[in-house]
Amino acid sequence: MAKITFITQENERIILDADSGSVMELAVANNVDGIDGDCGGVCSCGTCHVHVYPEDMPKIGRAGKFEKDTLEFDDNANEYSRLSCQIPISEALDGIEFKVAN
Amino acid sequence: MKKSELTDPFGDSRLKKGYGQIHDQNDPVMMILRHNDVRKSAHDYKHFSSETIPGRIVVPSEVNIRTTRQIPFELDPPLHGAYRTLIEPWFKRPLEPEYQNKLIAQIATNIEAILQEGTVEVIADFALPLQSRALTLLLNTPHTEAEKWISWGTHVFRSEGEALDGNKATMLYDYIDTEIDRAIEHPSDDMYSFLLDANFEGRKLNREEVKGVMVLTFAGGRDTVINAVTNTIAYLAEHPETLERFREEPEIIGKAVEEFIRYFSPLTQMGRIVTEDTKVCAHAAKADSRISLCWASANRDDQVFENPNDIVIDRKMNPHVGFGFSHHNCLGATHARQILKLLLKVLADKVGSMEILDYSENIEEWGEFKRKVGYNHIKVKCNRR
Repeated sequence: MAKITFITQENERIILDADSGSVMELAVANNVDGIDGDCGGVCSCGTCHVHVYPEDMPKIGRAGKFEKDTLEFDDNANEYSRLSCQIPISEALDGIEFKVAN
Repeated sequence: MKKSELTDPFGDSRLKKGYGQIHDQNDPVMMILRHNDVRKSAHDYKHFSSETIPGRIVVPSEVNIRTTRQIPFELDPPLHGAYRTLIEPWFKRPLEPEYQNKLIAQIATNIEAILQEGTVEVIADFALPLQSRALTLLLNTPHTEAEKWISWGTHVFRSEGEALDGNKATMLYDYIDTEIDRAIEHPSDDMYSFLLDANFEGRKLNREEVKGVMVLTFAGGRDTVINAVTNTIAYLAEHPETLERFREEPEIIGKAVEEFIRYFSPLTQMGRIVTEDTKVCAHAAKADSRISLCWASANRDDQVFENPNDIVIDRKMNPHVGFGFSHHNCLGATHARQILKLLLKVLADKVGSMEILDYSENIEEWGEFKRKVGYNHIKVKCNRR
């Protein structure tokens, strides 16, 4: 079980427990504002963009090629950007915080 | 070749040049064919604008059949975003369980009808009624309206087998005008009343703006949805193992929908106007000329998609542009995705097998490119599970 926190653009903190699926699926299931996940997680829509805190990047890893190509078109993208559909939930994420990018 | 196959006519040109040239009513179009160029150009509204004479960004051009600007589709940021923010919540309603329950009930009724019939012509007997009835949910209008829309045929601006039809467009505009009058006189909880009551930059939307959103809603989700539904039925008729897989692994249905949208690419392309002399894939694009973003070609680009001409039903990485890309991605995509998802669920639940008996392909001709986009008619025998 991992405890995951989302911080929305309105600075609302949403703390959720999860043990499977992707970070996007967790956010969508709990109506986290700013995470739509329109394409269901195939890296097409870019509507599940989050920022990872620099100290957490080793845990999460950098975006892959397709993900990077999609993020390239988001004005809010930076080196700490990830599409949350590409982040699988695991114990290793316990305690992590994601800032919703849009 | 399988009857349900949609070949890729753009492959050679995409590889060798990256673009194609087509004529359209004395306003030629340079079609952009590569995935990366299509996404870049779609994102670059400063060089490739949607905000021009109403109808000009559509290919074939609709400048001769309408003056109403489709909103927010024919606007650039930031104005585009202001309208989009206002109306987007309405178009996200398909995510609500109540909406989905009504939609699945409609689809189940339609499928039950074709199972009882046994053999049906998929477009007239299934896809068109399904699209029209589902549209009553999106508009939140009485379900009886669907019968009127069904009588209009598959395309709201074209007669069957003909080019653009001004009379048909006028019929749609007259209908929308009448509906706006009705909503002004008797406000309800339908989409017309929602728009008439919406606050936009400190004022109400005016009649022409409401009309612009409604025309977009009717036109954008008509033949596109019908082709997506029809192509899906044709594919499943030739791939019964896929229906079986949906029964065993219903969790892949979301990915299957995205893959069908990529492969079928119900909208071949959308145009933009070049705002100043520039280059697209090393080719000059002159100010005030037209380019088009060829979604159908980008979706078969082997630089991005492995085995692009195969349907990989659970494709995991699928950055397709079947719903467009960037600011102008399809406003009706949430509705369309729900239709297809629920269609696949109900088909898997009720249908054992289907067989294509007779068909005629709908081929679009774009200069040197001939692209199958669906069918003019397709007769299918459906067997209950």
